[in-house]
Amino acid sequence: MTPTPLSVTVDEGTRVAIKHQGIGSSPVRPDGTLKVRGEFAYASDLWMEDMLCGVTLRSPHPYARIRSIDIGEALATPGVYAVLTHEDVPGQNRYGLEHADQPVLAEDVVRYQGEPVAVVAADHPEIARRAAGKITVDYEVLHPLTDARAALEPSAPRLHDGGNLVRHLKIRKGDHDPQPEADAVVVGEYSVGMQDQAFLGPESGLAVPSGDGGVELHVATQWLHADQKQICTALGLPPEMVRLTLSGVGGAFGGREDLSMHIHACLLARHTGNPVKMVYNREESFFGHVHRHPATMRYEHGVKRDGTIVYVRAELWLDGGAYASTTNAVTGNAGTMGIGPYVVPNVHLDCYGVYTNNPPCGAMRGFGAVQAAFAYESQLDKIADELGLDPVEVRCRNAMEQGSEAPTGQTVDSPAPVAELLRRLQAMPLPPEPATPGPVDLRDLPGGVSNTTHGEGVVRGIGYAVGYKNVGFSEGFDDYSTARVRLEVVGGEPTATVHTAAAEVGQGLITVEQQICRTELGVERVVVHPKDTRVGSGGSTSASRQTYVTGGAVRAACRKVRDRVLGVVQQRLGRTHADLRLDGGKVVSDAYGVLADLADVLRGEAFEETVEWRHRPTQPVDPETGQGFAHVQYAYSAHRAVVDVDVDLGLIKVVELACVQDVGKAINPQAVTGQIEGGTAQGLGLAVMEEIVVENGKIMNPSFTDYLIPTILDMPPMRIEVLEYPDPHAPYGLRGVGEPPTISSGPAVLQAIRAATGRWLTRVPVRPEHIIETGFGTASHRGQEGRVEHG
Amino acid sequence: MRVTCTVNGERQQADDVREGESLLYVLRERMGLPGSKNACEQGECGSCTVYLDGAPVCACLVAAGQAQGRDVVTVEGLTEGEDLDPVQEAFVEAGAVQCGFCTPGLVVATHDLLRRRRRPDDTEVREALAGNLCRCTGYEKILDAVRLAADRAADRVAG
Repeated sequence: MTPTPLSVTVDEGTRVAIKHQGIGSSPVRPDGTLKVRGEFAYASDLWMEDMLCGVTLRSPHPYARIRSIDIGEALATPGVYAVLTHEDVPGQNRYGLEHADQPVLAEDVVRYQGEPVAVVAADHPEIARRAAGKITVDYEVLHPLTDARAALEPSAPRLHDGGNLVRHLKIRKGDHDPQPEADAVVVGEYSVGMQDQAFLGPESGLAVPSGDGGVELHVATQWLHADQKQICTALGLPPEMVRLTLSGVGGAFGGREDLSMHIHACLLARHTGNPVKMVYNREESFFGHVHRHPATMRYEHGVKRDGTIVYVRAELWLDGGAYASTTNAVTGNAGTMGIGPYVVPNVHLDCYGVYTNNPPCGAMRGFGAVQAAFAYESQLDKIADELGLDPVEVRCRNAMEQGSEAPTGQTVDSPAPVAELLRRLQAMPLPPEPATPGPVDLRDLPGGVSNTTHGEGVVRGIGYAVGYKNVGFSEGFDDYSTARVRLEVVGGEPTATVHTAAAEVGQGLITVEQQICRTELGVERVVVHPKDTRVGSGGSTSASRQTYVTGGAVRAACRKVRDRVLGVVQQRLGRTHADLRLDGGKVVSDAYGVLADLADVLRGEAFEETVEWRHRPTQPVDPETGQGFAHVQYAYSAHRAVVDVDVDLGLIKVVELACVQDVGKAINPQAVTGQIEGGTAQGLGLAVMEEIVVENGKIMNPSFTDYLIPTILDMPPMRIEVLEYPDPHAPYGLRGVGEPPTISSGPAVLQAIRAATGRWLTRVPVRPEHIIETGFGTASHRGQEGRVEHG
Repeated sequence: MRVTCTVNGERQQADDVREGESLLYVLRERMGLPGSKNACEQGECGSCTVYLDGAPVCACLVAAGQAQGRDVVTVEGLTEGEDLDPVQEAFVEAGAVQCGFCTPGLVVATHDLLRRRRRPDDTEVREALAGNLCRCTGYEKILDAVRLAADRAADRVAG
């Protein structure tokens, strides 16, 4: 066979451009320009002619019986178009991600402060708010159940028909009573406060009635299809009459996995026949979404003299609040990853997810693994201290590695460089000691320009921590994503269009989708179709899963398109080539070079393929032992924190955070470090400032004045090392990135504070009074190796 | 009430403004300028930062009536036609934009900082941007963006 003469050559510029914007590169994100110009349409920016404004009336009581609701006066208010209660919910008045246990609008009982009772639509937000204030609800106030452990007592009131236990996860591995083998036993109790996702873009959406009696909802969310399903059930409509489109999302972090205003806006729009927009303000946002489960945890580690862990016994209580949300899965995660990325032959662990009358809790970045990490990493530090060993050394001695058996009994079947992460951290240079004596810059000290110290009483401490997280949905969930990819010539240029329903919430998924199309199809121009329910589910933007699962789906769809295109090429050439690929806008054979211009091959035809892609299946764990192939992939990160503490005033300044994380393959290195930095900040926040303070079931601080998130002054400079050990089971070898840094940064900060103060702190967030209060905790002066006094 | 002011160089008028409405509300809901963002509406997050007579303010804390007869510049007004301001350009390039909800406020605050200080050091940048919350980035790439914008501006002056 004579080779075909080369009619075209590779345009080197195009090839290089594609390579520089494909996977492994950091191209400019396609929505970046709109965002810096202020022209990106977030859900709260949507506007339509004749649009009404919807507001929600919420229960002021954490637990109460509703005797009656009178909407008469509200409805008579000029400018008010509708006032709706549970009686106006046409379908099932229940929704929920895992269990449909939450009323769309309360019926006879409210189970948390802030539970929606009625909704109002009016032509101005202030008119709607005032009308909502005129609704009279007659409550019989009940005594709220606010303690997760007490909720499991037989005498506790039953908040739901099935009782107050959402889930009890048990891990039973090895010998259940192995204490004689241990040289020392280390016991600790820890607690974690309720953290808020605090995404900046408030809950918002615009519901537009459609001509067919259905509704179009433009909304900021994490999972369009899960929303659609729950809305359909509540409205009693089939999916084809409830169409969702993702509008601009101002951050999510788990807080948009559950519904907020979705059904309410759809109800109002269908009732009034007008478009209805609902936007929460910051205060309402604190009541309008689920939070991170507060946790109390008791751990007992039996160890040998050299630091080897012989057994772990642990109990964890997670307060799920009034409704289930994702408590089932959070409990599963906290339990199955409850002892950390360590190899322990004997594990006896109980993790309880519980209903109370506290605010409902569900998904937040790290999803159960965050709470457990504070406990198990504290235990590792306590072990090191008791045995006089180096904390990094103790961790490395017990570290999980490829081939290890996880507490679920599953074999860790891809790289698990836990010890390497820690050793690399330890090898990193430390930030310089503050110059002493001499003038100091107040801005570098705890308290900053408040002028609370000039260095006196300031002590430095160092802490290490490692954490891990399952990537993707676990325990047998059918975790898939759908991608539609079309390749055609647009304006003379081969152009790919990628259509998924996977939510872009800021993390950069749309950039990754473009990168994958460029790499797989050898084209420069990739259009990202708006995210909507006109294509199959993309699954949730959570569990660090979208690059893996939607990325996998996009890659698979691209490859199907490519194979068809190459089939056409071979048909035209009249022969088969085993080595064809699409590169630089050309069809290229390794043996013969460029065979055709892609645009010529495509001609007027569009090649389109839709693929539903799944990662390998996982299994439910055994309900009595917690054993099973529960998790498809683990992701690991480790942090070193350096903090300065003013021990007289209890003020903390985090001086530096260093992080090493294995990401398998950095599909977009800039986005990877962006996730590490942002995730680290949220872990820092939980360690030292972020807590929704709940008293008797009521939120005491629903504002950014009283709920503090890290500012640019609170967040220190970071050192980051990214490792790329490919996971052979994952697309491109990649590992999920977003959550691990939120897991390991907080425990590192906590331990650094302990090292600085000598106080065995057992609760996060750490507050000034925990540091200066005499006799707090055990008040022993442990872990002072890292302590360096200066001032 | 009627509010008349100059916004991004153009005379704007809003009618039927209610007493409780903020400048932010009027910009977003009555003047078609939703670029300034509504993340907290109590002056804690800085997402609604605009220039009022040349000084950066939280538009949510300015009563609409207080803007009467004054000069307002929003993030939409920093762009000249299609060309981005160097601060905007640097935010995109440095990866300082994730969800982007804080971005308009940070762009205006950075723009103001670099007008006052051509080459601020990191400590000065942190102090100047301490009123702007970002939940996505951990601020590292925002610092990168400010340094990049300052470098570019300095190059232009030098060039």
